[in-house]
Amino acid sequence: MAVANVSSHDVEHHEHEHHDSFITKYIFSTDHKMIGKQFLVTGIFWALIGGFLSIVFRLQLGFPDMNLEFLRPIFGGWIDETGKLDPNFYLALVTMHGTIMVFFVLTAGLSGTFSNFLIPLQIGARDMASGFMNMLSYWFFFLSSVIMFTSLFLEKGPAGGGWVVYPPLSALEQAIPGSGLGMTLWLIAMTCFIASSLLGGINYITTVINLRTKGMSFARLPLTIWSFFLTAIIGLLSFPVLFSAALLLVFDRSFGTSFYLSDIYIGGEALPNTGGSAVLYQHLFWFLGHPEVYIVLLPALGITSEIIATNSRKPIFGYKAMVISMLGITILSFVVWAHHMFVSGMNPFLGSIFMFLTLIIAVPSAVKVFNYLTTLWRGNLRFTPAMLFSIGLVSVFISGGLTGIFLGNSAIDIQLHDTYFVVAHFHLVMGSASFFGLVAGVYHWFPKMFGRMMDEKLGHIHFWITFVGIYMVFFPMHYIGIAGFPRRYYTWTEFSFSDMYTDLNMFVSAAAIITFAGQMIIVFNFFYSMFFGRKASLNPWKSNTLEWTTPLHPQHGNWPGEIPTVYRWPYDYSKPGSKEDFIPQTVPLSATPESNLPHEEKLVNLEKEIIAEEGQILVANESKEES
Amino acid sequence: MYGLLIAIGIVLLLSVLWMVYRIQALISVAKGSSKKIATTSNKVNAILLMVFLIGGCILMFWYSIKEFDNYQLPVASEHGVITDQLFWVTMAVTGFIFVLTHILLFWFGYRYQYDDNKRASYYPDNNKLEVIWTLVPAVVLTVLVFTGWRAWKDITAPAPEDAHVVEIMGYQFAWEIRYPGKDNILGDYDYRLINATNSRGVDFSDKNSFDDFPAQQVVIPKGEPVLFKIRARDVLHSVFAPHMRLKMDAVPGMPTRFWFVPTKTTTEMRAELGDDEFEYEIACTEVCGRGHFSMRRVITVVEPEEYRKWVSEQESFIQRNPDLISDLPSDLKELAEIHINESK
Ligand code: HEM
Ligand SMILES: [Cu+2]
Ligand SMILES: [Cu+2]
Repeated sequence: MAVANVSSHDVEHHEHEHHDSFITKYIFSTDHKMIGKQFLVTGIFWALIGGFLSIVFRLQLGFPDMNLEFLRPIFGGWIDETGKLDPNFYLALVTMHGTIMVFFVLTAGLSGTFSNFLIPLQIGARDMASGFMNMLSYWFFFLSSVIMFTSLFLEKGPAGGGWVVYPPLSALEQAIPGSGLGMTLWLIAMTCFIASSLLGGINYITTVINLRTKGMSFARLPLTIWSFFLTAIIGLLSFPVLFSAALLLVFDRSFGTSFYLSDIYIGGEALPNTGGSAVLYQHLFWFLGHPEVYIVLLPALGITSEIIATNSRKPIFGYKAMVISMLGITILSFVVWAHHMFVSGMNPFLGSIFMFLTLIIAVPSAVKVFNYLTTLWRGNLRFTPAMLFSIGLVSVFISGGLTGIFLGNSAIDIQLHDTYFVVAHFHLVMGSASFFGLVAGVYHWFPKMFGRMMDEKLGHIHFWITFVGIYMVFFPMHYIGIAGFPRRYYTWTEFSFSDMYTDLNMFVSAAAIITFAGQMIIVFNFFYSMFFGRKASLNPWKSNTLEWTTPLHPQHGNWPGEIPTVYRWPYDYSKPGSKEDFIPQTVPLSATPESNLPHEEKLVNLEKEIIAEEGQILVANESKEES
Repeated sequence: MYGLLIAIGIVLLLSVLWMVYRIQALISVAKGSSKKIATTSNKVNAILLMVFLIGGCILMFWYSIKEFDNYQLPVASEHGVITDQLFWVTMAVTGFIFVLTHILLFWFGYRYQYDDNKRASYYPDNNKLEVIWTLVPAVVLTVLVFTGWRAWKDITAPAPEDAHVVEIMGYQFAWEIRYPGKDNILGDYDYRLINATNSRGVDFSDKNSFDDFPAQQVVIPKGEPVLFKIRARDVLHSVFAPHMRLKMDAVPGMPTRFWFVPTKTTTEMRAELGDDEFEYEIACTEVCGRGHFSMRRVITVVEPEEYRKWVSEQESFIQRNPDLISDLPSDLKELAEIHINESK
């Protein structure tokens, strides 16, 4: 039945394939592969902008006496007569950096790219369930990008209340100039972004549930797909809450309501608002905010699972445990949000509850790490750039995850909250880990995206600069944080407890500049290899998953003929008895009697029946086409 | 001129790099090395993983030990001693896991680098192992959380009856301090009463406010419980007293609190650190706008006797500015005036 459907689609498909004009092929494309690439290129653009902003404020922190006159052509009046950065603009830079990195790079750039590109290819589908919605998803993201980008150039600057935009600061223009038009545009852009995420997410979920090829049961899904699937579910359940938080904020800002505002005296007048709760916003925000950190993290973990298994030439260890821990993380990620609010003034009893829940979520994270380590154990490791970045991911995930144990302990968090310790924690566990996942994915699937190889040597150099650089930037922040340096400070010299570590901050800033500069290597490698890279072979990494069974340049529809059937899980690497060290998912068990495990022998008969049935359908189709 | 030279230099450097890159790529194609897996480059990367592990560990331990006295802030409150202890116990546990997992990660990377003659072992699962490494972290975490929870419960328990009350109000961009005076009860406030002479919006028709007095510093006694009553006037702020291990958000419309017992006077701390300039400080840790980085207040911890003396010397709001009571109904006004005269 399923097969019949697919093949009729196939026939239709051959008819319209040739009508693609430039616009329908590259711009308003409904082909998931092109949409994935669009997300990727937009994500790279944003990563460069977001990275550049962070360099500017790192200059301020590392070299406070530096004359920033040379930035005047870009920032105009935000650099004052003495060549100093304006403190309000400093906050705006921090805010935009956070928003861009979390949402535009690590959510859209990561999920958007790889969920789109890989879901149909790895589950054996011609395209997403709804190509049109998928296209809309990209264009909403694009619109959101344009609006956010525009806000960077406003006279009063973009939003400046931190990426969490807590009211009342974000609600009152009197409080900070960025809370004027800049904040309005932030809210509009985020609304478009949420629409984009929801359209994408619905599509990913339906596609995974409904369009898996024959034999691709859930238990045979590559872990990448599991992670994209669960990520989409998290997004679908949590983004609407951010939307409602934003909507109430819009009401407070523009229509005089008091959801978040109460008892405020500012700019020489007492505002009429009473009865609102600023803490309410924090609850709503973090109800998205914490799941969001897993939205950016899970796809990266999925991608590395696939890459580590492939390049260790070994099955991923504990496939089931990996799936279960991801499920656990998915569910638990919804019940830990208030650990961001231990000292927000909420009831300390709630703090106790959330402390227990938070530490539960550390367990599945630990299980994943141990499973990665065991996968490497007695493997046969190829250090492709993708593999190196995956190993790097495991490292930063450990480093950042462990500091979560401090922060999740409310008694310890009293001191650490909103210090650089938190900055170190989430940049390692969420920022670096998912960035590494993104980069690893690009190196690994580049041959499938563009039919060419990226340069390995450059990849290696890029990895080592990035890996060492990331640690040089974020590891020292732990010391700074333990010493009590608060976040989002324009300078620390106002206080005697923090009037030190100028050398360490200088070091961090220098490391940040080098690391950022090092990213030009992959940008070059990416665009150069796109046109001039070595031609890729069909399955350059000798991988088992379905995407490598497509032609070098798959057309819209992915497979020219039938969609291949799947007979086994994706991790049959180095199976004892088999000649090659990998057995693709499309190889029937009956074709590999030498390597089948006892329980697989039983499946062979079942499989034979299926193959026979399939043969009949093929014959039937062929006769239909002839007539 | 220099600019031009530098530009030419950069262009030359880039073109040299470019040529090296092309030649390298061509050679590797010619040698067909792109087909082999156990290449030198694979080996080099494996070695680099070990170098990173060893170098990283050395750097980390060297710097952590060398800098210990710098990043370890002296602690000056009773609960701070406990949370610091929790912190360092957690550091020991996580530090051990950190080093162990990284040794495994990089050692496996080095040890199991690709070898054409070998094959990876097919080892897809082991439920016993999974159960072990689910349970062990769960137990360790439970212990850590449980001790943390006990500390948290004590820290957030209601303040003792006799705690000295200090009100700290955040606004853009400073803190205002108010003491309750002899009765140890702060007078009511209402944000609608705020004006140029009454920046805290104190309600002087509440008799409790007659003896309330302002202060430029937070002065508190050593060894006695102190209760900070925290509020904000405009946007969110957060009171952070790093040496007291104290942090609590200041929220407009929702008063918050934090109580603690200071353990060392400023003078004692100065002697201990050998730093005559030392002061306990309050900073703001919730982003609140342009001046967020400069909301400094000093806390002075003194001996209890000195504290009582200091309190008795302070002038209340209405003493400082009798205009504040000019609008009161006559009976209250009389009471207030009696109060002013009494304390003269
Ligand atoms: C595994 C992936 C994790 C990610 C992606 C992640 C991400 C983040 C992020 C983004 C923040 C910053 C919040 C802010 O803006 O202040 C944060 C803070 C926090 N994280 Fe994690 N985290 C992870 C793991 C953990 C773990 C395992 C724990 C605890 C066991 C934890 C506990 C915390 C706590 C308590 C905070 C709040 C700290 C504070 O604001 O003072 N996190 N995390
Ligand atoms: Cu969280
Ligand atoms: Cu502040």
